[in-house]
Amino acid sequence: MAVVTTKQKAVARTTASARSQKGPFNPSAIIVNGTLLMLVIAWLLPTVGLIITSVRTRAEIATSGWWTVFPHQAYVTKDSFPVPKGLNTDGVMTITTPSGATASGTFEQFRAGVTASDGSKLVWVGNKRLGTIQIQQQEWQWGSEWTLQNYAQVLLGVPFQVKQPDGTIQTIPGNDFSTSFLNSLIVTIPATVIPILIAAFAAYGFAWMKFPGRKFLFIMIVALLVVPLQIALVPILTDYVKLQLSGTFLGIWLVHTGFGLSLATYLLYGYISQLPRDILESAFIDGASHFTIFTRLILPLSAPALASFAIFQFLWVWNDYLVALIFLGAKPEVQVLTLRLGDLVGSRNSEWYILTAGAFVSMVVPLLVFFSLQRYFVRGLLAGSVKG
Amino acid sequence: MAERVEAEFPALRKETKPSEPQRGAAPNAGRILMALVLTALTAVFLYAGFIFLRDANVPKIIVAVIAIVWGVGGIALLFTTANYLVETLGQTWRNRLQPYVFVGPAVLALLYFLAIPTLRTLYISLFDSSGTNFVGLQNYVAVFTNQAMFTAFRNNVIWIVFGAGACVVAGLLIAVLADRSRFETLAKSTIFMPMAISMVGASIIFNFIYDVDPHVGLLNALYTGITGAGPIAWKSELQPFNNLFLIVVMVWLQTGYSMVLFSAAIKGIPTELLEAARVDGATELRVFFSIVIPSIMGTIITVATTVVIFTLKIFDVVWIMTGGQFDTQVIATQFYREYFTAQNAGYGSAIAIVLLILVIPVMVYNIREFNERQAF
Repeated sequence: MAVVTTKQKAVARTTASARSQKGPFNPSAIIVNGTLLMLVIAWLLPTVGLIITSVRTRAEIATSGWWTVFPHQAYVTKDSFPVPKGLNTDGVMTITTPSGATASGTFEQFRAGVTASDGSKLVWVGNKRLGTIQIQQQEWQWGSEWTLQNYAQVLLGVPFQVKQPDGTIQTIPGNDFSTSFLNSLIVTIPATVIPILIAAFAAYGFAWMKFPGRKFLFIMIVALLVVPLQIALVPILTDYVKLQLSGTFLGIWLVHTGFGLSLATYLLYGYISQLPRDILESAFIDGASHFTIFTRLILPLSAPALASFAIFQFLWVWNDYLVALIFLGAKPEVQVLTLRLGDLVGSRNSEWYILTAGAFVSMVVPLLVFFSLQRYFVRGLLAGSVKG
Repeated sequence: MAERVEAEFPALRKETKPSEPQRGAAPNAGRILMALVLTALTAVFLYAGFIFLRDANVPKIIVAVIAIVWGVGGIALLFTTANYLVETLGQTWRNRLQPYVFVGPAVLALLYFLAIPTLRTLYISLFDSSGTNFVGLQNYVAVFTNQAMFTAFRNNVIWIVFGAGACVVAGLLIAVLADRSRFETLAKSTIFMPMAISMVGASIIFNFIYDVDPHVGLLNALYTGITGAGPIAWKSELQPFNNLFLIVVMVWLQTGYSMVLFSAAIKGIPTELLEAARVDGATELRVFFSIVIPSIMGTIITVATTVVIFTLKIFDVVWIMTGGQFDTQVIATQFYREYFTAQNAGYGSAIAIVLLILVIPVMVYNIREFNERQAF
């Protein structure tokens, strides 16, 4: 699994500089950068659309796409005049605007809009007998009505007030995500730290201690790396119901610990077993016990590997849906963000003002963790990882 | 390497023995008392925390802090106590038991949460929906003859061919392009970014893109704008091609993974090799297919395997976006539906076992690989 060896990485560093003939006037550079740019835009568009939509007002979201906030040409009604009398509305008509431009077409064509001789568009509004003609002109448009109300609703549960056509004010209850947000943190932090500690102890044991069954047990860990967790859900849930652990934080921490441990032990073993053995030897000569060596020496030295796995596990647990769905459930006092969002998709599936803001709130934490610790994340990926 | 060190360590210990005379001797009463107090404290701490977290009626934020302190502190305390207990024993027993203090919790957790449940699921899969009547392999017969399951298998194949395929191809393409671009870091970070986003979040993002209303959904805005035709419900019409629109979500999320691995592998190809080929007049395309691809074949296999396994277990995207309707169900959603919605434990377990059987080749490969690589 671990394909990229440290040697390869060392080579990578030296070749990267050697390959920097990345000149701007090379025609192939234009193709390369152009293709790359298109891919980057394609990858960014979904997230950009989500973020823009989350700060637009509810009414705007429903009537115009988020892309209309960028400068674009659109027809704007400039003027209007009543339909001239005496037109044959069943055939082809020629209409002259007050400014003297003419346009001709059938009633249906005018309803859709006919381009007049001066470039403006004439649109017939109303029925055949009592209509008005709107004169529309193309203009550059951009922007939207911006608001933070969606976030206020999602984070603080501020109710939404909508004026109905008959003048009454309808109040849409807020949708407070703050509890779910907190629940996600409560679930994620211990579910990240607990397996790290346990796995680090185990990795040290496998790397630097000798005991019967060592090889067999480690092979079991390797085997469990790819076991789909679906296989374990049913029996564990049965036990949890009996132990009253279903729907508790303790229960889900333990489940995430169990599911994350094989990868954690495997990754940390790879790192800890490669530590220089002189360090351990001299500590032993000084009379240090395994426990002291582990806590004083190995843990600090393995910080990069611990960080790599911590990010994996953090993102995995924070973003997890299935495990939370089965072991925590939808009770509001324990419901996590992903479940909350999943519920919203079902119950308010076209209310984009709340879905986009909610989705963004759920993405903020992992994105922050990700970008601040990306280096460790990549290192972990390269060390080989298959999660069950 | 580890083996040699292990052989040396007992010798080292013998040498150091005289400098610490009490260690090998019988443990003194003070240590035993301390050990007992520590054990009692650990037990009280864990139990009190558990009761508090289960029954407490205090503000959420306090529960959060206590939960974290309790969870993290509890584990640290457990190890310290267990180790303390072992260290009060005589030298022989300490050496014998200490490894198990270190690896024990991990092994026990893995046994309980993964290894044993596999056997239990296998056992349950031989019983009917009530879990009491033995039905032999009937559940498996049902899995392979049921129409809905057939569609699920078909869809998983579509997911693997197009989803995993696209991840690998796009990842390779981007890695190669980025390697020659001055904007490498920027491009790679962008492609990589969705890896931090949950499948639920991504499903919402793409639900939004696929919205039927051309004033809301980007795809329909483009489609109606370009073709002039009416909007399409991408997730439910055009079966079975609607699966492809769900697959896009996974490709968007996972391409970053393959890109990062390929990128590192490509940088590992010796420059002299590439230069030599170019000097000999090989076109860039030829260099790519004759040198780059063979050089990183190992990585391609690893990435493909990982992505295929990931794809095989895909659940969230389908569940959130369509709920498995419109013929988009996959093995994992069928498992959930049968076990949790239809309450058919036996049948659901059989589906889970089928999922396991599908990854067994990879498991065997991993173990073989590990055995060859490690002088364990």
